[in-house]
Amino acid sequence: MDHKIVGKNTQRLDAVAKVTGRAMYTDDFFERDMLVGKVLRSPHAHARVTRIDASKAKALPGVVAVLTPADLPKIKFATAGHPWSLDPGHRDVEDRLILTDKARFVGDAIAAVVAEDLLTAEKALHLIEVEYEVLPHVLTAEDAMQEGAPLLHENRPGNIVSSFGVQFGDVEAEFQNAEVIFEGDYETSIVQHCHIESMSAYAFVDSDGRVVVNSSTQIPHIVRRIVAQALGLSWGRVKVIKPYIGGGFGNKQDVVVEPLTAAMSLAAGGRPVRYCMTREEVFIDTRTRHGMKLHLKTALTREGKLQGIHMQVLSNTGAYASHGHSIAMSAGGKFRPLYDFRAIKYEPKTVYTNLPVAGAMRGYGTPQIFFALESHLDDIARKLEMDPIELRRKNLIKLGHQDPLTKNVVRSFGIPECIEKGKELIHWEEKKQAHQGQTGHLRRGLGMACFAYASGTHPVALELAGARIVMNQDGSVTLQVGATEIGQGSDTVFAQITAETLGLPVDMVHVVTTQDTDITPFDSGAYASRQTFVTGIAVRKAALEVRQKVLEVAARRTGLTPAEMDIRDRMIVETSLGRTVCSLGDVAMDSFYDRLLAAPITSDTSANVRINAMSYGATFVEVEVDIQTGRVEVTELWNIHDSGTIINPKLAEGQVHGGVSMSLGAALLEQMLFDPVTGKPLNPNLLDYKLPTVLDTPKINAAFVETFDAAGTFGSKSLGECPTISPAPAVRNAVMDATGVAFHKIPLYPQVVFEKFREAGLLAERSVQHV
Amino acid sequence: MLTKNAAGVKARKRLCMTVNGRAVEIEIDIRESLLDVLRDRLQFTGVKQGCSVGECGACTVLLDGTPVNSCIYLAAWAHGKTVVTIEGLAQDGKLTPVQEAFVDEGAIQCGFCTPGVVLSTTAMVDSGKCFTHDEVRRELSGHLCRCTGYQKIVDAAERALREADVAADEHPV
Repeated sequence: MDHKIVGKNTQRLDAVAKVTGRAMYTDDFFERDMLVGKVLRSPHAHARVTRIDASKAKALPGVVAVLTPADLPKIKFATAGHPWSLDPGHRDVEDRLILTDKARFVGDAIAAVVAEDLLTAEKALHLIEVEYEVLPHVLTAEDAMQEGAPLLHENRPGNIVSSFGVQFGDVEAEFQNAEVIFEGDYETSIVQHCHIESMSAYAFVDSDGRVVVNSSTQIPHIVRRIVAQALGLSWGRVKVIKPYIGGGFGNKQDVVVEPLTAAMSLAAGGRPVRYCMTREEVFIDTRTRHGMKLHLKTALTREGKLQGIHMQVLSNTGAYASHGHSIAMSAGGKFRPLYDFRAIKYEPKTVYTNLPVAGAMRGYGTPQIFFALESHLDDIARKLEMDPIELRRKNLIKLGHQDPLTKNVVRSFGIPECIEKGKELIHWEEKKQAHQGQTGHLRRGLGMACFAYASGTHPVALELAGARIVMNQDGSVTLQVGATEIGQGSDTVFAQITAETLGLPVDMVHVVTTQDTDITPFDSGAYASRQTFVTGIAVRKAALEVRQKVLEVAARRTGLTPAEMDIRDRMIVETSLGRTVCSLGDVAMDSFYDRLLAAPITSDTSANVRINAMSYGATFVEVEVDIQTGRVEVTELWNIHDSGTIINPKLAEGQVHGGVSMSLGAALLEQMLFDPVTGKPLNPNLLDYKLPTVLDTPKINAAFVETFDAAGTFGSKSLGECPTISPAPAVRNAVMDATGVAFHKIPLYPQVVFEKFREAGLLAERSVQHV
Repeated sequence: MLTKNAAGVKARKRLCMTVNGRAVEIEIDIRESLLDVLRDRLQFTGVKQGCSVGECGACTVLLDGTPVNSCIYLAAWAHGKTVVTIEGLAQDGKLTPVQEAFVDEGAIQCGFCTPGVVLSTTAMVDSGKCFTHDEVRRELSGHLCRCTGYQKIVDAAERALREADVAADEHPV
């Protein structure tokens, strides 16, 4: 299809605001009389608070309020950023209080201070006297499930949050009849989002008595609901504003600081209170990515045709459920529209432990599942002496595949082309040849891995998006959406969709980038790679409605019918002749000022999207492994994506770069460490937590196979989370190719790699020399 | 002007510095960081706070032309010095070549690390030196970014350096 704006590198709408420092983030707004909030955190992984005495803290000059659990509503609420469910059986787990009298991890929020300034607030924290009854704690999912293990939440026996799995076909029969069976264990570590902007909010009570929360969030409309629920307020009494946000990656698809911030303001008589977490607090008391342990058992034919798989997953969700109950389940469904199994048994167990809370993070559990599956497939290929690419190709589903459980249909399927393209781009065959017979301590290897992902959450959750377009007097339009720009570039993409539909240059589409729940159309927010796909449908619908209204006004002026006209580059043209009949500005002025027929041209619409589209892709990577030091270096990497039509190639590349780099971090460097005895976090800062720097990051190459998916706007599918899935297993597979050593746990940081090489005898000669 | 706090420490000081070309005179608490003074007192909110302990680089400003982490630099030390924040680059609404390079290369996503990286790149360009690809990466290694994988940031910095080099050839000093 021939597009004027879709498919082009439209410059980000907010680029100038951000490069000049004029973009305003939550912490950049100052209110008169603003106070500061700070939180007192538990030093114990598991403890009951037996006494709190805040009198000394309250007496400190400059302290305005001290909050303890007793001062707050005893309402347990769920924090996960999902749309509300009218079905009580489908709701998020309500296990959290704003402040707790039973600490469930080191850093759990026990009390809070509101003071005139930060220093006073911090001094006051030290004056709060707390007595704890220390309880036994558990840090691993296995320990938490043991009989007699300390219980984190009374209503969850065995500490199991969720064990809802899926099954189709007869897996046991597949194993009985299998020609070959493989089993493998895989493990991923706990990592963190590390958005550079902290988790932050401020709140005040406005002149109408409503609670206003300005927050760095991906999900303003959901924050409104949850703040109201947590405080026992009527939902309409809360207003949430989301300005620019400095990265989210899923951490801000959760309600973390807002209820407490609102409670702090209420305790301070409605004065504005800012609660901005320190970096250490962000590490400890926001969300993490679930560390998972996976056991895979697979039945195949001797020729490598997959028959059945039994996947057991143990997911450590930390002290509160957050998204834990849905992540393991959701992630386990993503490989079904990729590989063709006759039978699947997927058995996840998500378990509470006394660690920081795991929640949503770019990929929503899928990176963990695919790390295991794609590593497992390479292990199988190695044992079967098959080409790992061939093994995958042989087992792909076909276009038109319908998932037996979600009923989602695969309407576009570019993975075969992605694999072909990746092989060519990295020169797979030539490099394989060149790597033959390596003997030195530097060894190169090739690896690849595939993935599948969805576009939004249908049919699991509601996919409702809102868009409003108002035409201005000059023919330009103002677009409002409830979906949030969080750096991914969605505002720009929405402007492109609008401009393309309305025959306007992009600079005549003004996007209101701030969400304000009083004003902004309802939309659940930025997550699940849903913005372009789901909200894009609403935006397109609104733009088509405006287009129709424009042509109706033009029809009044010209005597032609709307069907005989089109809008092209700000002009109304008679389509058959290409003749300009009037300008869009003429139409707009009529719509505002015609004495008889004036009616401004607007559309305020929503789309309840009950369809999904599968996105695909693969990573191809070459690594160089230093046998002597355990260092793994990525020497070449390609991520090839089928995300349907790419609306903005430059923004799309940016998504791939960031997603790949996050996956490489998890593969090679990143993990949150805890004292195995006390459960205290050991590296909750950006120095000891090894977030990749530019020097740790190799050149990342992005390529696209553009299919057209009939479900998506202009043929588009999801992309945002996709690049975070396949790089880690591809790197792991490349290390195995280079050295013959199979790693089953990430990250592959030099110490563990070195030790495993020693175990495998790769260092035997050297160690003898060394001794 | 110096006053004493309860502990007898001289806690307040009059600070004179130049910020973005304008003389600033302000009374500060000697314990305040340059970051706090710039953001909270002078409302230069383009200076970002990411970690407060010198790990992320988001709060970078140019101090007499050199990039520093303003979160771990006491405001009192800036006395008599010249500070440039991100707000001080574009003049009369016109972006600097470095800012333009970041916009054109698509090096901006959430934008939170952007002011700091742009200022470090500006310092490289202003130094008049040549930088290899690896030197550019080293110079920028104090800035953490979670959105871009640093790819387009390095592209933008190299583009800005290249264009400055061409400009210098065309207009030798």
